Amino acid sequence: MAASMACQAALRGLRAASSKQLLGSRNQLARVSPRRWLNLQEYQSKKLMQDSGVTVQRFFVADTASEALEAAKRLKAKEIVLKAQILAGGRGKGVFDSGLKGGVHLTKDPAVVGELAGKMLGFSLTTKQTPKEGVKVKTVMVAEALDISRETYFAILMDRSCNGPVIVGSPQGGVDIEEVAATTPELIFKEVIDICEGVRDDQALRMAANLGFKGPLERQAADQIKRLYDLFLKVDATQVEVNPLGETPEGQVVCFDAKINFDDNAEFRQKAVFAMDDTAESDPLETEAARYDLKYIGLDGNIACFVNGAGLAMATCDIIDLHGGKPANFLDLGGGVKENQVYAAFKLLTADPKVEAILVNIFGGIVNCAIIANGITKACRELELKVPLVVRLEGTNVQEAKRILSESGLPITSATDLDDAAKKAVAAIGKN
Amino acid sequence: MSHCRLFARLLLQQAGVRHCYTGNRKNLYINKNTKVICQGFTGKQGTFHSQQSLDYGSQLVGGVSPGKGGKTHLGLPVFNSVKEAKDGTGADATVIYVPPPFAAAAIIEAIDAEIPLAVCITEGIPQQDMVRVKHKLLRQSKTRLVGPNCPGVINPGECKIGIMPGHIHKKGRIGIVSRSGTLTYEAVHQTTQVGLGQSLCVGIGGDPFNGTNFIDCLEVFLQDPKTEGIILIGEIGGDAEENAAEYLKQHNSGANAKPVVSFIAGLTAPPGRRMGHAGAIIAGGKGGAKEKIGALQSAGVVISMSPAQLGSTMYKEFEKRKML
Repeated sequence: MAASMACQAALRGLRAASSKQLLGSRNQLARVSPRRWLNLQEYQSKKLMQDSGVTVQRFFVADTASEALEAAKRLKAKEIVLKAQILAGGRGKGVFDSGLKGGVHLTKDPAVVGELAGKMLGFSLTTKQTPKEGVKVKTVMVAEALDISRETYFAILMDRSCNGPVIVGSPQGGVDIEEVAATTPELIFKEVIDICEGVRDDQALRMAANLGFKGPLERQAADQIKRLYDLFLKVDATQVEVNPLGETPEGQVVCFDAKINFDDNAEFRQKAVFAMDDTAESDPLETEAARYDLKYIGLDGNIACFVNGAGLAMATCDIIDLHGGKPANFLDLGGGVKENQVYAAFKLLTADPKVEAILVNIFGGIVNCAIIANGITKACRELELKVPLVVRLEGTNVQEAKRILSESGLPITSATDLDDAAKKAVAAIGKN
Repeated sequence: MSHCRLFARLLLQQAGVRHCYTGNRKNLYINKNTKVICQGFTGKQGTFHSQQSLDYGSQLVGGVSPGKGGKTHLGLPVFNSVKEAKDGTGADATVIYVPPPFAAAAIIEAIDAEIPLAVCITEGIPQQDMVRVKHKLLRQSKTRLVGPNCPGVINPGECKIGIMPGHIHKKGRIGIVSRSGTLTYEAVHQTTQVGLGQSLCVGIGGDPFNGTNFIDCLEVFLQDPKTEGIILIGEIGGDAEENAAEYLKQHNSGANAKPVVSFIAGLTAPPGRRMGHAGAIIAGGKGGAKEKIGALQSAGVVISMSPAQLGSTMYKEFEKRKML
């Protein structure tokens, strides 16, 4: 997210970030240390990078304190960094319920690594970006600590205005790149990459030079840039952000951290990557919905939405808000929805304790309204629906659908259009 | 063609890669004479929607299903390739219902066959694939692509290419362009109800890398005497709406400006989340609905805060201008 910000800034000059904090704590500002949305742990991202020949700190992972100790010994490093593996950021300043302060520790002694790991593994780490109860740490990364003499920022992303990949970098790394974009935009450099050509030598070298790498380091950095680009393509990333891309006193160019965003549409050919998806820190409802190929995003309100089509689903949330209500979720059933998905979606929505009313808004193009109606009536009966249900249907086979709903004997409020549906849903809250 | 390629190569040094490609915007304006073939003809989606198309009265003349060439499907000939289908039927448009792993290749096949209009319905094509498709698309001029991840294009009463429910449309005066399929249906339904009807509806789709943008459609609408009003439906993510606003400022101002009404979905969308559509994401503080609304308003576009008021808002604009 920060990379995209930098890129947009680079491409169009200064523009103040205008992230609107909406609907409370669950929706984070797109700012410092954003979450890794495809839920890959740091060590998994670094393994992907290693496999592409990108230079990262040597590391092992450990699930037990003794494994951590062994790993620390095997590393044979001058200094070791021990890092708790959770998806949320802010680990350095976090606190464990074992009493240990800090999710990242430096030490020269493998024994200390083992000892500290024992206070991390199996305990909950709470940071500014985790829920209050923290996140259970199941894995730690034991890595060779390297001195960083200089930090740069580097990112690759698919950019719409350039119709393809761009590489973006700044010699001001390690800090909030958005600040760099805002205060010193001349320190943000970009190269537009031709997808058929790849990163040309001159582009890689120019970026390396702009990042401040000199002498033999320039070629080394250019090489790392090309490898990162290869990785970007290989895993169908929409964004690879390296912050910092650092220089060590010994003259090495190292990627000290990376966040990779993956294209969900590429899941069918990125099975290995998506298999690493760790949903432990995700909203359980979102995880459950994904199992049924439903596009569900939890929000903070109490009016559940059940819609076909992403645009209409967003608009439904918008219009609930416009009429003074608060949407509980975004849910796009998609075009080819099957009856069992309708049932599963309904079950999901009704299982959410926050939900006090349900608004169904279906405009059938591919979607056959009768299928929706059957799914709803079945779900209502089996789940013993307790909250008010407002239904607005339109489109393919709508008459049949309306007949199914009215003959079901279920307490369903019909609505004529989206405004009417939203008003009725908002009015239904508190009446029940 | 080679003249165009030479010119394109010169312009490539600047930002003029799109020059060749933007010349074929008129291919969007399908009509009762448009001959359509279907790629993915014998698949489930292809079969269902081809039948719907035939029922609507579109001139569907055949389809493509590799390996099934020579057979008949829905009473129409099946071909092994787009080239064979085009040669065999004289088709000037193709609609693509091919699953995501193969859809980009299907689009490229259509481009190679130089078919004037390709409409790709498929949702779920990897972004990298579409970047490659777009690379090829922008460097040629014969084929215009609409989509992917779109409901299609319809000229009510004359030709329907895609999955939209035909019966809600009514021949009329409003051009509609939208990133969202179902929101398009809302706009169509409403403009039909208020009696204005539609001249041409183009669903450009919800993907970040696609073949046709708002500006492509706005040019067609502004130049079409039958299109007297325009509805533009946008959403969060990217800068297509902002670019459209700029275009309208240049080309649709003054006394002869056509009324433009717009709805932008996603005012309540949380940042950083992909809201269904691959392209609907507020990233790094950019792509929010509020900014898009502001940009369009500054171009004289009338914003409807409710998606249920598009028809009524356009009706009021017609009233104001004494166009009823």
